[in-house]
Amino acid sequence: MNLKNILNEIETVDPEVYERLDTRRDTMRRFSFIGKALALAAVPSALGSMFKKAYGQTASDVTDVLLFAYLLENLEAEFYKKVVSSFTAIGVLAGAPQAALTVIRDHEVAHVAFLKTVLNSMGTTPPTYSASSFDFSGAKGAGNGPFAAAFSNYGVMLAVAQTFEDTGVRAYKGQAPRLINNKTVLTAALQIHSVEARHASHIRQMRRNLTSGNLVPSGVTLQPWITLAQSGIDTGNASANAAIQMSYAGEDATTQANVNIVNIGGQTIAASEASEAFDEPLTKAQITAIVNPFIV
Amino acid sequence: MEMTKPTAKEDTTLLDELAQKEFNRRKFLRFSSLIGVSAVALSGAGLSGCYRDNMLTGGGDNNSVNLGSGDIGVLNYAYALEQLEAAFYTQVIATPFSGISALESEYLKDIRDHEIAHREFFKAALGSNAIPGLQVDFSSINFSSRDSVLGTAKAFEDLGVAAYNGAGRLLTSTDYLTLAGKIVSVEARHAALIRDLISNGSFADLASLSSMGANNANGLDAAMNPPDVLAIASAYVKTQIDASNLPK
Repeated sequence: MNLKNILNEIETVDPEVYERLDTRRDTMRRFSFIGKALALAAVPSALGSMFKKAYGQTASDVTDVLLFAYLLENLEAEFYKKVVSSFTAIGVLAGAPQAALTVIRDHEVAHVAFLKTVLNSMGTTPPTYSASSFDFSGAKGAGNGPFAAAFSNYGVMLAVAQTFEDTGVRAYKGQAPRLINNKTVLTAALQIHSVEARHASHIRQMRRNLTSGNLVPSGVTLQPWITLAQSGIDTGNASANAAIQMSYAGEDATTQANVNIVNIGGQTIAASEASEAFDEPLTKAQITAIVNPFIV
Repeated sequence: MEMTKPTAKEDTTLLDELAQKEFNRRKFLRFSSLIGVSAVALSGAGLSGCYRDNMLTGGGDNNSVNLGSGDIGVLNYAYALEQLEAAFYTQVIATPFSGISALESEYLKDIRDHEIAHREFFKAALGSNAIPGLQVDFSSINFSSRDSVLGTAKAFEDLGVAAYNGAGRLLTSTDYLTLAGKIVSVEARHAALIRDLISNGSFADLASLSSMGANNANGLDAAMNPPDVLAIASAYVKTQIDASNLPK
């Protein structure tokens, strides 16, 4: 593959291609650099990301990501608002459990307000969401979905919380590359992303402490990190379990950038730890499929 | 494959091996001077190998490393931090603090394995562009004390999160950005856990992270630039790390 020829071809079709990129010299430099740094197998995806940069990434890309994040943050914020106002019905004990869920509620509400400010500053008015925009039973407004007991059953509430947090992490991770040309928004998105991961870690510890019969499958010990593609949630309902599993699909990856992580470098690293060491992204389409049942 | 005749290697004593290493080292030094390499860095483990001269600083300083520039420089920066974390948890597991619980031991072993996986991944991915092994200095840590170990772990994990969050904007490759993203959320999971082991409920105390760039009012985690991160990390690293060629 002669990259120089490919670039020459592009130039004849689009003389302004280098204005869309960084200048010809920088583009060539980056490609020679990738060729040296990683396997040649990385070149097609590098080419793909170059085309995306030249023709796919616009200001509207950033707005699109922010609007998507805004929807997800509203989903989370409305969920935890209802959790915090239903502590007694759910049976959340006073002290550490109530305090932790309140901290998470505050962060999600703060994310909603922050994203709205950013969108407004970019001249976009996001849609208005409220509690009635969401059905946390997972039945698109019918209220009778598999998680109907989310606000009356501690185990169900924590299972929904865990799925939302782990999915939130995967959503930001999948969208970050679309923000690579807007450094300010990218950094803010990363700062939200790691907060969601902190939440996930704590919710998973809360689930680890559950007594049996709280949707934790027998034989599974919950960890703050994701082991292989285990959801660690068993609702006893096959279709609900399948819906939850979508949030964990692909988390069992043990190879990164063509490097096998199991026993890497002669170290004793089991497949479970190899998968835990890296969280995986999900595409916008995958995230949409996961959250759709919760949106009225 | 020769199966019958004893090979020279089988007859080699430890001293012979050392002599061989010394010979190779001298040969290497002679070769280096031929091609104009001005300094050779040696790690604590001995001759760490031949790496490009632009990884070395001049002036005969044999305990300094330059991360390099561009995306490779940023990845080497991450590799340096992962080396530090992996070395720390390896020591934590080798010399457990007094009164360590079974649960703490399980969690810390997992974290050790994750950090080793991160370190080895960067090493493999960077290949010949990788910086050498850093010499760490953990003399300020009391590994027999739970408070000292968990306090240091908290500092390392929060710093790691801040470092990745601050370095994302320095990358030009979306592939590298995704890889960094895959790691930073695991560091955040570690940070939350370690914080909860110290004080349950402090998993995302963003107010306590404001000096590292967190914004509690907006629900934003820490984010720091490489020079600020390395200034903090330098207390634990003997090797001088030169980040001057990193993108700004």
